[in-house]
Amino acid sequence: MNAGAKMVSFGGWHLPVHFGGLIEEHLAVRARAGLFDVSHMGEAAVRGPQSLEFLQRVTCNDVGSLSPGRVQYNALTTQKGTFVDDLLVYRLAADRFLLVINAACTAKDLSWLRSLAEEFEVEVEDESDRWAQLAIQGPYAAEALQPLVPRPLRELGYYRFIHVDVDSVPCLVSRTGYTGERGFEIYAPAGEAARLWEVLLDAGAAHGLLPVGLGARDTLRLEAKLALYGNDIDETTTVVEADLGWIVKPQKREFLGRDVLIRQLEGGVSRKLVGFEMLGRRVARQGHPARVDGRTVGRVTSGSYSPTLKKNIGLAYLPTELSRPGSGFQVEIRGRAEPAVVVPTPFYKRPKRSRPAGNE
Amino acid sequence: MYPTDRRYSKDHEWIAVDGQVALVGITDFAQQELGDIVYVELPQNGQQVKVGDVLGTIESVKAVSEILAPVAGTVVDANQELDGKPETVNEDPHGSGWYCKLQLADAAEVDSLLDAEAYQKLIAE
Repeated sequence: MNAGAKMVSFGGWHLPVHFGGLIEEHLAVRARAGLFDVSHMGEAAVRGPQSLEFLQRVTCNDVGSLSPGRVQYNALTTQKGTFVDDLLVYRLAADRFLLVINAACTAKDLSWLRSLAEEFEVEVEDESDRWAQLAIQGPYAAEALQPLVPRPLRELGYYRFIHVDVDSVPCLVSRTGYTGERGFEIYAPAGEAARLWEVLLDAGAAHGLLPVGLGARDTLRLEAKLALYGNDIDETTTVVEADLGWIVKPQKREFLGRDVLIRQLEGGVSRKLVGFEMLGRRVARQGHPARVDGRTVGRVTSGSYSPTLKKNIGLAYLPTELSRPGSGFQVEIRGRAEPAVVVPTPFYKRPKRSRPAGNE
Repeated sequence: MYPTDRRYSKDHEWIAVDGQVALVGITDFAQQELGDIVYVELPQNGQQVKVGDVLGTIESVKAVSEILAPVAGTVVDANQELDGKPETVNEDPHGSGWYCKLQLADAAEVDSLLDAEAYQKLIAE
């Protein structure tokens, strides 16, 4: 708040929407670097001799493919193949994992996990209060962070993590992010967050690092077509409908929702989450109906002006037969039907680096 | 400091009177709350409004806000520059970011709106 942030309430937390201007912050992340305080995210420790078996049962991706030091995008699924939450699974050791979950779902996820854990020799512990999380994202994120870290960041591969000091504070640093840019997520002891925030801003100033709020976090992730729980995915949408079939691993013998998801992978789905562009100037937003020939066929789940593309974009569930790029429909915005067209996603893909860099 | 040459509505519009016509816009507080403005929907000339009628909308990246008529009148002009440069509302909300011009039905209605001091108190709460 000392940085002049405009604050908003979100899920019990008091969070900055923007510091100076959403568009400026968004563009800074794409061109240089941005620093996010995402400490509101939840963390759960899963440990014990049957940690792996437990996680394999309650998620759809193959946790067994992770060796210690690797991270995976995954989902906690219901028996119907829908989302309890999406999450990152960090494998710390053979029988120790860290789950990073959505802020608004923390209590629900923990309750869900604990009740399912009863059948397994495993402990599930809420560690949300223990950790703060800062994310540094952008083409110059590594340059901004490196002076504070005693090991070469270029050796840290994509979706891998290390335990390392950041400005002498022991942290977990992963090459992960929610913006579509290269970058890192830093898990620090909660008490160190405020100081690390200042230190990172200082260190990054030479590279044009800006503090970035939730507003730009949302426009960045939308351009990269990254799902937001509560908007694009929830307990009514299956993993395959959400266009996340790639995290469903049929070779896993048994997990919640397996039957439904395998059936959908093989036989198709009746509706799909697709990206679209508005043809006009009005912005489509969550909840706006999608219409064809006056009939409601779906609903917008996320929508915004895109600062990088300078167009209005969004995500919506549409019937599969209407889901191909080029397919036209209307979005009803405050009583008027505005033309839209399905487009391929992601809306934005970061350019390949021209100079040598660490693993992608 | 909010300009004293005009009046303010509780919905964060300002109105600056010049005889029987008045310029209407949104306040600096309103543009800050909205954030980066990306699209302005202007009213049509000839549109007749009563107090509280929707003149149009101002859309930011994150939100859309209806612009309500602070007094009754007829739209005689709209700031077409905002069509190509909506960010003008953020940059100069009390000047070149004006929204539209109204022919007033009753100039006395303006007196019942907030003065600069009262508006400033309102936003300080």
